[in-house]
Amino acid sequence: MSNILALIEVTSTGSLVNTAPGLLAAAAKLGTPVAVVTVAPGTGTALAEELGTLGASQVFVAECEQVGAVLGSPQLEALVAATTALTPVAIVVANSADGRDAAARLAVRIHGGLAVDAVDLRLDADRVVVTHSIFGGAYVVESVVEGGIPIVTVRSGAIQGPVAATTPTVTTETVTVDESMSSVIDAVHEVATSSTRPELREATTVVSGGRGLGSKESFELVDRLADALGAAVGASRAAVDAGYVPQSLQVGQTGSTVSPQLYIALGISGAIQHRAGMQTAKTIVAINKDPDAPIFEIADYGIVGDVFTVVPQLIDAIQNRAKQ
Amino acid sequence: MRIVVLVKQVPDTYEERKLDVTTGLLDRRASDAIIDEISERAIEVALKHKDSDSTTEVVLLSMGPASLTASLRKGLSFGADSAVHVLDDGLGGADLGWTSTALAAALATTGYDLVIAGNESTDGRGGMIPAMVAERLRVPHLTFLDSVEITVDRASGLRESESGTLTVHAMLPAVISITERVPEVRFPNFKGILGAKKKPITVLTLGDLGIVPDPQLASVGRSVIVSTIERPPRAAGVKVVDEGNAGSELAEFLATEHLI
Repeated sequence: MSNILALIEVTSTGSLVNTAPGLLAAAAKLGTPVAVVTVAPGTGTALAEELGTLGASQVFVAECEQVGAVLGSPQLEALVAATTALTPVAIVVANSADGRDAAARLAVRIHGGLAVDAVDLRLDADRVVVTHSIFGGAYVVESVVEGGIPIVTVRSGAIQGPVAATTPTVTTETVTVDESMSSVIDAVHEVATSSTRPELREATTVVSGGRGLGSKESFELVDRLADALGAAVGASRAAVDAGYVPQSLQVGQTGSTVSPQLYIALGISGAIQHRAGMQTAKTIVAINKDPDAPIFEIADYGIVGDVFTVVPQLIDAIQNRAKQ
Repeated sequence: MRIVVLVKQVPDTYEERKLDVTTGLLDRRASDAIIDEISERAIEVALKHKDSDSTTEVVLLSMGPASLTASLRKGLSFGADSAVHVLDDGLGGADLGWTSTALAAALATTGYDLVIAGNESTDGRGGMIPAMVAERLRVPHLTFLDSVEITVDRASGLRESESGTLTVHAMLPAVISITERVPEVRFPNFKGILGAKKKPITVLTLGDLGIVPDPQLASVGRSVIVSTIERPPRAAGVKVVDEGNAGSELAEFLATEHLI
């Protein structure tokens, strides 16, 4: 089988970013998954083993002195080196900020072709066919790359891992970066990830709140329902703009696009931009006191009512069922 | 300092947007074309610097069909000095490779100290163009900035990614992109709206940029659409009015559907 490179992102503290299993699963759909990971010299062994447990047949460890000091360039040079060494037929990266930067510069460097924000991919008679969900899922588009190596960015949560564990072969190579073409990392402020809730884009259930929650304090009702369901918390742009929650929770046109089994919209009117981020959910439940809210047009189960009376009753009912 | 802002015209997200299912390309007749909100925020970053340094020149650069002029005039009304419009039938349906090639060539023509773009457009949502342009120009990229500070020789700011929040900087010349965390664009004043009509818009064709489509564009890996399917619209399901027990009934529904 042909080599498929997967660019694995590593946090500033040296652990794997949670997109790794999905990327290796995506690579395995096309060929032999090869994890490409960039580390400070001498620190790759444990990560290589961990990548084997996630299904990497081979791990290409690129050691670089400037890891953590410059933005993106070590990862780019790692992909260039791995492409030269392993002649892959496709390269997959996360559709994250860092992943997209690496993919973009790599495409120019190796004259590859980009297929962005893939929700699925497959091999069809030696062609890599990539599925995209366009305009918030209104269209399903398939694309191929002609005339260069396909470089595919994969939507977080769209392709689930992990695949079967292996004992990977490990190749280590040293890469250097051109600092005149690199931005500099001056400081790292690690985000506090104290949340025990699932990641928004990967969750099977999402509970989102909108302007109808009324205040930052009462948005806590969304958290309570999410915790009762083991769900991730999301929000509409109106709730973000009103300061109820940070922007990282925004679902919609300019926030996260989610496609869970169950999406519960609380106090969200359902503006077209919000629907663009969630309308491919399998089941949509909406609770809103405005009977004319557009969210009801796409809800499988809509309740015209006050979230502050309906939701506490729902939480009680869920908890009573759990006890039975 | 010359700041070039990359501007994109997109279908209005307040309307239904359509693709042509035979070509997979945007159906431009289906919705109004407007300047992307994220492009407006990028313009604001440039104008804010111009506020503090009147020698700064702000140039808008965009690629698109003839109708793009209206969006460029809107952009100029906020206070930018001039605009460059890359217009060529040979660029119809251009993918990321072609678009970044044309924009980088245009930047080489206009000259720049700093290029500012939105992190991703609301239509394509690729988020690739800024870093691709940077690679073609062989300058640093500094993308997805939540805040920006510009000084005479550098751009810096906060960047959030999977690996954490970082303080980062690039020495100029550089290409930066901003997120919707940066402030909204100012309102154009009356003088700005009137003045926008008189500001220069330079039109550049592929020939002006010295780009010969074949072989220069043909040698780049190309994204080709093989199928486009419109998903059937979602139908509304059950809608009940709460009469005191809707919460319990919803729990019942979720249990029946095996969702809890």
